[in-house]
Amino acid sequence: MRSPQQRPLHPLHHGWRVATALLASQYALMIEYRAEILLWALSGIVPFIMLAVWIESPAGAALGMGPTQLARYFLAAFVVRQFTIAWVMTVFEEDALQGRLSPMLLQPLHPFWRYLASHLAEQAIRLPFVALIASLFFLVLPWAFWVPTPQRALLTLAATFLAFLLNFLIQCTMACLCFWSDRVNALERLIYIPMLFLSGTAAPLEAFPPALRRLVEWTPFPLLVNFPAQLLSGGEVQIAAGFIALAFWITGLFLLMRLLWRIGVKRYGAMGA
Amino acid sequence: MAPSSSTSPIIRADGLSKTYRVAAKDPGLGGTLRHFVQRRYKDVAAVRDVSFQIQPGEMVGFLGPNGAGKTTTLKMLTGLIHPSAGKALVAGYTPHRRQANFLRRITLVMGQKQQLLWDLPALDSLRVNAAVYGIDEAESRQRIHDLAEMLDLGDELRRPLRKLSLGQRMKAELLAALLHRPEVLFLDEPTLGLDVNAQARVRSFLADYNQRFGATVLLTSHYMADITALCPRVLLIHEGRLFHDGSLEALTQRLAPCREVRLELAEPWPLEGLRAYGEVESCEGMVVRLLIRRDGLTAAVSRLLADLPVRDLEVRDPPIEELIGRLFVQGALP
Repeated sequence: MRSPQQRPLHPLHHGWRVATALLASQYALMIEYRAEILLWALSGIVPFIMLAVWIESPAGAALGMGPTQLARYFLAAFVVRQFTIAWVMTVFEEDALQGRLSPMLLQPLHPFWRYLASHLAEQAIRLPFVALIASLFFLVLPWAFWVPTPQRALLTLAATFLAFLLNFLIQCTMACLCFWSDRVNALERLIYIPMLFLSGTAAPLEAFPPALRRLVEWTPFPLLVNFPAQLLSGGEVQIAAGFIALAFWITGLFLLMRLLWRIGVKRYGAMGA
Repeated sequence: MAPSSSTSPIIRADGLSKTYRVAAKDPGLGGTLRHFVQRRYKDVAAVRDVSFQIQPGEMVGFLGPNGAGKTTTLKMLTGLIHPSAGKALVAGYTPHRRQANFLRRITLVMGQKQQLLWDLPALDSLRVNAAVYGIDEAESRQRIHDLAEMLDLGDELRRPLRKLSLGQRMKAELLAALLHRPEVLFLDEPTLGLDVNAQARVRSFLADYNQRFGATVLLTSHYMADITALCPRVLLIHEGRLFHDGSLEALTQRLAPCREVRLELAEPWPLEGLRAYGEVESCEGMVVRLLIRRDGLTAAVSRLLADLPVRDLEVRDPPIEELIGRLFVQGALP
């Protein structure tokens, strides 16, 4: 080969260039799908429906959360959900079945980095829509308006990002099962119910019977919505325990995902390619 | 493993085999129920004990009917799938380990598949590729410019991929696949579906690229024009086994032990008289086509010219497309 040899870039410089190039291209791509993203944002109004249910119900008072706190919690749950959504299983299954995974596997970059960039880019497009919906919420319920303390705001940002990372890794881990079964997307249905009810989307964890609550707290689900939403809405929450649990689950799932990938990719048949 | 030296083969397949385990289901409701209760599998050997070596800079055609094992072999050589048996070595690396340094040295272009983002201009995807392969910005701009010139691409790179014609898309895909200047190009039907002009353009680009950068090319194509124009050497695979490794001419001789002699006579000649010279392929008026064995060709032509009122005589090989096509249709090898 007579091509001139490239001087290797410093790993940090290389990583920065890959990250910015991926984010820029995925942002440009997501701009093309902005109408679809708006619809997806609107479809995430489950917390508002649950707010209407709880606020009118006598059980709501039994939670020890007044209407203001309930409204703030469910708005916070809506916002957190918007930025913790992941859809790796769906796209990975499609990419694997339609042969789009093969070109990705032939580049010196793990395919999951591309998915991570596309999720982050989509969140950036989603941001103004979420801000608009939140503004409308305060127009309808002005008494629920609040401004979180700077400390809580920062902690919420960190917790929401980590919750997204956790959800992303749950999806990546399950997507690896695609190497064993072509239709792994069906598993998403399986985790949809625990995601909805155990995460705190349908009700804050305080609404759960104590025994169930203790059980649920051993799962990663409350960390996805309940923990960041309580932080944002100013509720009572064990901050250190929450972050430690997030770090534990993220590390564990990352290791499990890597193991499944390493074993699974040997089974890849490069169908459709 | 360390990269190979320039004198050793850059691609090496030793007894490469791939067997897929596939579920076997009988048709109908009964078959479906049996399949549900007790799933049966059978092993399908896609590639069997294939061995060959390719030297740096060679352009080799990889021929075979659909399902012969060409693409499976390419997938093993690029590391997309693991071989069931045997070994592959490409640029000094074991492909299925997919080490970053190996991936930087190869590329796989699949005519029917795209790596570029459908809704964005190719330049956006090229920018990502340049970053992934660690090509600095000035260098990547230069390479894009050079490759675009070779491929006759201009403003097309700034238009969303979905707005381009199939030929323009294929050229943009080639540009993306070659931006990192791979040493080894695996091309799987790169001209599939292109019109004649676009095919010719891609062919001349590949020849030019091979000349300019000394890249090694392993090319599969159903268009024999691609193979005859680019590949002095061909591999023919059939039912997973390597049937031929050598020149196209040697393959022709192997597949067609006879040559075709076309005669134009000055007057009609009885069929029985013509059969004395060879097998009569057709006889329409005064135009006769005879198949004559290669070993007796010179003597037979001399006799024809001496015995018959020959106005014109032409000796030719049956077209390679026809020979291989016949082979593929018959599904059996001599």
